[in-house]
Parts: sequence; C-alpha cells; structure tokens
Amino acid sequence: MADNNSRPKRYAPWYNVSPGNLPLPGLVSIFHRISGLGLFMMLWLLLWLFDSSMASAEGYDWARSVLGGGFVKLLMTGLLWAFMHHFCAGIRFLLLDMHVGIELAQARRSSGVVFVVSLLLTLILGAMLVW
Amino acid sequence: MVNRVITGAHYGFSSWLAQRVTACAMAVYTVVFLTLLIVVRPGDYATWHGMFVPVWMRLATLLFWLSLCYHAWVGVRDIIMDYIKPTAARLVAHGLVIFALLGLAAWSVQILWRA
Repeated sequence: MADNNSRPKRYAPWYNVSPGNLPLPGLVSIFHRISGLGLFMMLWLLLWLFDSSMASAEGYDWARSVLGGGFVKLLMTGLLWAFMHHFCAGIRFLLLDMHVGIELAQARRSSGVVFVVSLLLTLILGAMLVW
Repeated sequence: MVNRVITGAHYGFSSWLAQRVTACAMAVYTVVFLTLLIVVRPGDYATWHGMFVPVWMRLATLLFWLSLCYHAWVGVRDIIMDYIKPTAARLVAHGLVIFALLGLAAWSVQILWRA
C-alpha cells in the first residue's frame, strides 16, 4: 500500500497543442486535416453540381444559378481555400517525406510559404472562377 | 508460448503509400484541369460538356475521382481512428464513410459515361 508513495514519481511531459499555441508547422498540419475533412463532407455538393451541369443545358444553367448565389460563392471560396491549402501543404509533406527541408528553420519557412501561396491562389482563382 | 505478431511496423504502409500515389495523380490532374478552365473558359453548356467528350479527359477525370475516394478513405479513416474511440461507433463511422465513398465513385462513372 505504501509502495506507490515510496516510488519516485515521474511525470509525463505535457504539451499544450491547442491551435492557439501551435507553431506554424503545427498549424499547417492541423489545417491540412480540417481542410481534408471539410472537402470530404462537401464532395456530394460538388458532384451534384457537376452531375447537373453535365446532364443537359437546363441543368448547366441551374448549376450556374446555384453557383451565382452569394452564400454559395462564399462556400465555394471556402472550399477553394481548403483545396489550395490541402494541395500546398500536401506538396510540403511529400517533400518532407523525401527529407527535403526537414531542418527546423526551413520547415518553419516552408509552412509560412504554404499559408501565403494557398491564400494567394485562393484570391486569384476565386476572382477568376468564383466571383 | 506462441509468439505471434499482429501489430507493429509496416502495418499501414500500403495505405500510407496509396495516399501519396493518389495525391500525386490528383495534383497533376488539378494543374491540367485548371489550365483547361483558364484557356477554354467554358461559358456555355456545349463548351463545358465538350471538355469531357475526349476519352482521355473522361478517363483522367474518372481516375481523379477514384483517386480522391481512395485518398479520402485513408485520410478520414485516420481521423476516425484518432477521435472516435468506442468500437461500435468507430465501425459504424467506417461503414458510413465506405458506402459514401463507393457511392460517390459509382456516381462519377455515371456522370462521365451518360453519353
């Protein structure tokens, strides 16, 4: 009974991994997961719109009118950002898999690049294709 | 004592690899498709539908969707394994995701080969 008290206590290290406390590479990682899940959840909508737009001229017009709505445009911009982040972060992870840029300074810089490039691509493609 | 190894290294290697191979395929298609969108600028049904008439484009698009379904399966399964602990709930979630993705894959075939 007293054994537990006499044993030296060893505490597991505790890390605060809430998003507000993560360094940039950690944010890239968790947002890679969130964006992937979000894209998965919205696949049905994208495929539905693709289906309609491919089926007939009326369906194409209907899909365009749906995509013309303000809320849908916001949603599509969000999905575009999710896709672009997932795309850029994915390329970064593939490079890390091949041991490219695994030094801390490089990894931090490349995670910043992921956020900047994916936001820029979202702005450019969003302006060209969504709005 | 029987020394059986039922867990350990290499257990998820094929999934890990498949996720990366499908990612590369989708990345290539994404660049091609976006380039086509920007060059062709499909503004009406005939042009839009016409983009998917060539067999290579149908096949490429189908491979994109199949890759996406496989890729999403590996990713969503990872998320389910990380956050859903009770076995029953996890099995139900896995089943729902599998059926959803199989349905989406079949749907994409139907869309592309409707004639």
